[in-house]
Amino acid sequence: MFSYYVRLALASIRRTPVLSALMVLALGLGIGAFMTTFTVYYLMSGDPIPHKSDQLFAVQLDNWDPNDDPTESAKDVQPQLTYRDGNTLMQADTPALRQVHMYATGAIVVPEDETPPFDESVRATWYTFFEMFDVPFLYGQPWTLDDDEARASVAVIGRELNDKLFNGENSVGRSIRLDDQFYQVVGVIDDWQPVPRFYHADGTSRALDDTEQVFVPMNRAIDAQWGPRGNTNCWKAIDETLPLFEAFMQSECVFTQFWAELETPEQAAAYKDYLDNYVRGQKEYGRFERPLNTFISNVMEWMEVNEIVRNDNRVLVRLSFLFLLVCVLNTVGLLMAKFMGKGGEVALRRAMGASRRDVFQQNLVEVGMIGVLGGLAGTGLAWLGLRAVESLYQGYQHLVHLDAVMLLTAISVATVFAILAGMYPVWRVSRLAPAGLLKTQ
Amino acid sequence: MLKMSQISKVYRTELVETHALRELDLHVEEGEFVAVTGPSGSGKTTFLNIAGLLESPSSGSYLLDGEDVSTLNDNRRSRIRNAKVGFIFQSFNLIPDLNLADNVDVPLRYRGWSKTERRRAIGDMLDRIGLGSRQGYLPSQLSGGQQQRVAIARALAGKPRFLLADEPTGNLDSEMAEAVMGLLEAINAEGTTIVMVTHDPDLARRAHRNIHILDGRASDVPLAPIAKVTPMPEREAARV
Repeated sequence: MFSYYVRLALASIRRTPVLSALMVLALGLGIGAFMTTFTVYYLMSGDPIPHKSDQLFAVQLDNWDPNDDPTESAKDVQPQLTYRDGNTLMQADTPALRQVHMYATGAIVVPEDETPPFDESVRATWYTFFEMFDVPFLYGQPWTLDDDEARASVAVIGRELNDKLFNGENSVGRSIRLDDQFYQVVGVIDDWQPVPRFYHADGTSRALDDTEQVFVPMNRAIDAQWGPRGNTNCWKAIDETLPLFEAFMQSECVFTQFWAELETPEQAAAYKDYLDNYVRGQKEYGRFERPLNTFISNVMEWMEVNEIVRNDNRVLVRLSFLFLLVCVLNTVGLLMAKFMGKGGEVALRRAMGASRRDVFQQNLVEVGMIGVLGGLAGTGLAWLGLRAVESLYQGYQHLVHLDAVMLLTAISVATVFAILAGMYPVWRVSRLAPAGLLKTQ
Repeated sequence: MLKMSQISKVYRTELVETHALRELDLHVEEGEFVAVTGPSGSGKTTFLNIAGLLESPSSGSYLLDGEDVSTLNDNRRSRIRNAKVGFIFQSFNLIPDLNLADNVDVPLRYRGWSKTERRRAIGDMLDRIGLGSRQGYLPSQLSGGQQQRVAIARALAGKPRFLLADEPTGNLDSEMAEAVMGLLEAINAEGTTIVMVTHDPDLARRAHRNIHILDGRASDVPLAPIAKVTPMPEREAARV
């Protein structure tokens, strides 16, 4: 009977094209608005590294102004570290399985051919970055601890840059020029774009940026005196007796990110103790004048601390859901009009032997089909909505895509809501008394 | 075949109580052709709706094929209606956007027959009424007489033993009405019990028995003598 009901539904939709189109449009608008906001929310709140997000911990140390407001939670502490603290921890024998210290910087890439030089974002980091964050390699491999310690001029580049500079060939062993220095390519990473880009979530929109196309040893970047390109906060004047870059590196300015890989809760507790002891030690030198406020947060906690999903995103999702409900209510009215107009046919089918249940099922299939069509229309509108989000807000380009899961979700949500909207009209039409309608048909 | 005893039907609103049928007694034998006459508002259609299980009586008992059907639930009444009762209406009641085959298919769909069985039954019935070659036509492409014949084909496709016709010729001119009447007589001659509501005394006289309903009560009316009625040959019916 299902295929028969589908055929009847299609005929019925064709019979009342305007009314059907209005219902599809009403559902489509509701679904489109909801899916647009929900897609952004869903992707922002997703786990960017699900298999080990509970083992990767961002580190916060509170070196801030003692006169500043008291700290109540990790949200009140600077999300970044000073270079000197990060560098010390990086070289210490801590309980962590791995640690990584890094900052965002940039350089001018000078191609070998006639192509004009161009600016490129660079991540200055340690060799552990790639293994900790499961970065996929297309060619080669990460540099080594020896390279870090030797402050070697080596680089890992991204697939996009490799395509641009080397036509996508295996460039391992070749060199790229960054500013006035050559760096030997030791690895090319495949497409890799964690969303959100958790490793640099500093409370600004950087968490939605592209991953860098160039990675170099942090020590090498410091030697090259590449300054930070990102959120840099200072509360204390730098030492003017030192050269500027060195003074900045020795200052209380925070601009680096620090992560630790901790496999067990015991290891995490031990690491936290280690950090506390480190801060206590620093206090003896007159630093860290505020109360002990060290925090470690795993990836999903870190997303919360940095409010990657902002409150206005949540409000938008709720508002668009209310809008969807309004659209569904409109659809109820339209369905009532449509189904009450089918009274004559319903009466005839009842006279021919259809039970109320048969009539109910037949019309429910039609409602379901309107829901599927509404879902498809909603997906199209959501796609347009996401394009609008992309053009209005920088950094959202990784959020504005609809994958198969979202498509199926849109259609499922639309179908469920259409069926919910159709329940009452379908029930009403199935309860019509056929006797009175047969004469008047 | 059909036995109604003390059937009453009362329609109630907040202000008014209308007695459509009052303690109606009626017995129709298997194979009979019964005409039901009466003025407008006398209760003919209510009788037909109760006979066709579209409505339940307010009181009384109704036996169809020996089974008391007056208190059955909707699902059971629908199944019995589908299996045993065929309906023909004054205004044909064909579904306009379904072709002839699909219109005839409507009762068969609720019968649970296989596709092959349904296709054969549809083809046989449309052939019988002379429209076998027009299965894909829409009702709007046919004359009134042809549409009523399709409605008859639809009513008979599931081989019901009991046919209820409500003014089946009311919307047809005399020539088409004669052809449709001939077809009904032929069907009755094959054993199908027919109860036909009509205003036309000439048509009523062609039935085996004439029941007159007045103020919700039924009474047998002696048949006036008429010329011998010969069922119309099928090929003539098919020409209409």
